[in-house]
Amino acid sequence: MAKPKVATTSLCGCFGCHMSLLDIDDRILKLVELVDFDRSPINDIKKIEGQVDIGLIEGGCCNEENLAVLHEFRKHCKILISVGDCATNGGIPAMRNMVPLGECYEEAFLNGPTVVNPTGRIPDDPEIPLLLDKVYPCHEAVKIDYHLPGCPPSADTLWAALVALLEGREPELPYELLKYD
Amino acid sequence: MNTEAITFTIDGKKIEARRGDTILEAADRAGVYIPRLCWMKELLPAGVCRVCTVRVNGRPQAACTQPAAAGMVVENDTEELRQLRRDLIDMLFVEGNHFCMFCERSGNCELQALAYRFGITAPKYPFLFPRRSVDASHPDVLADGNRCIRCGRCVRASRALDGKSVFGFTGRGPQKRLAFNGPNLAATDVAAPDHAIAACPTGTLIVKRVGYKVPIGRRLYDHSPIGSEIEPPAPEK
Repeated sequence: MAKPKVATTSLCGCFGCHMSLLDIDDRILKLVELVDFDRSPINDIKKIEGQVDIGLIEGGCCNEENLAVLHEFRKHCKILISVGDCATNGGIPAMRNMVPLGECYEEAFLNGPTVVNPTGRIPDDPEIPLLLDKVYPCHEAVKIDYHLPGCPPSADTLWAALVALLEGREPELPYELLKYD
Repeated sequence: MNTEAITFTIDGKKIEARRGDTILEAADRAGVYIPRLCWMKELLPAGVCRVCTVRVNGRPQAACTQPAAAGMVVENDTEELRQLRRDLIDMLFVEGNHFCMFCERSGNCELQALAYRFGITAPKYPFLFPRRSVDASHPDVLADGNRCIRCGRCVRASRALDGKSVFGFTGRGPQKRLAFNGPNLAATDVAAPDHAIAACPTGTLIVKRVGYKVPIGRRLYDHSPIGSEIEPPAPEK
């Protein structure tokens, strides 16, 4: 029987949640026995290749590319999980949500104390994904089946949730594994 | 005060109370935890957060303000009330800016601890991301409006325990904001050891230069949920 497939991605995140996944230590050997990885920064596969059982999303949505990737994951993943505070509530990047987008651009590219920008132009190359008006948690863009908050969620939290799902159980976390920091 | 003993029930359990007790006080003494946020032992109850809502003879009441009466039938730990409390906590999270990941009060925060107790992994309402102000003018105390839930504990503590009346509210409804009795916090006579600062259940009022002093794993709510100081230990499974 084919092993369940897992895909992971980092949207507007810092890869800390992926680091936490690696922090499961030697259990990672067990994990590769239990599952196959589809698209993930861990194997550098860039596009989801088939149907995926569990998708792990790190990071919220700050630009149009994040949204496109999130929709790709939703389309191909049976179970989609928001991993970490950025995915569940926007996290640190969402601190810009209290400032209008125009002001953010002006501070970053025109008025900031360390800015050197002789052309006075705000970068607008079509290669650069357009920013959204705000940073959105993933569940405000697509349906998310489970949330694992934490900055990052601990390796034990990720492991407990993954194992529960692979065994067909609800990933109900014990008290000490549900943390927002 | 008449100290005549009365009895009533919470979720079918017989509770003994003295006349003049609120439902919450009697429940605490009997080892029954009713979740609460704006209530503090040393202060007069305000009944503003509604997290302690119970049903008294079928009617919703704030347990922190409602006096216990003989024979009343109180519902506390029911699915309906748990859901109502979860919704209130959800709303408090989305209508402020609660960045737990870098907040100095994280691990010791009562709002966060309630969310943990109720097993909330993400709020069900959309985040509002309001623009709130931070007052860092005072040398020893920081006031971060992003984290304020307007429980009024600092307002009551400053008046009743510190004798200062440093804090108050301005505005109504969604515009309601914490205010100081001066142009900014530095212009008031607030001081770091004030009860008003310690009364804050979230990270709104913070003493400067002591943040993150207690390491993760040794903070108030790292291992056992809020309320377990009141409840008798659960029997081993």
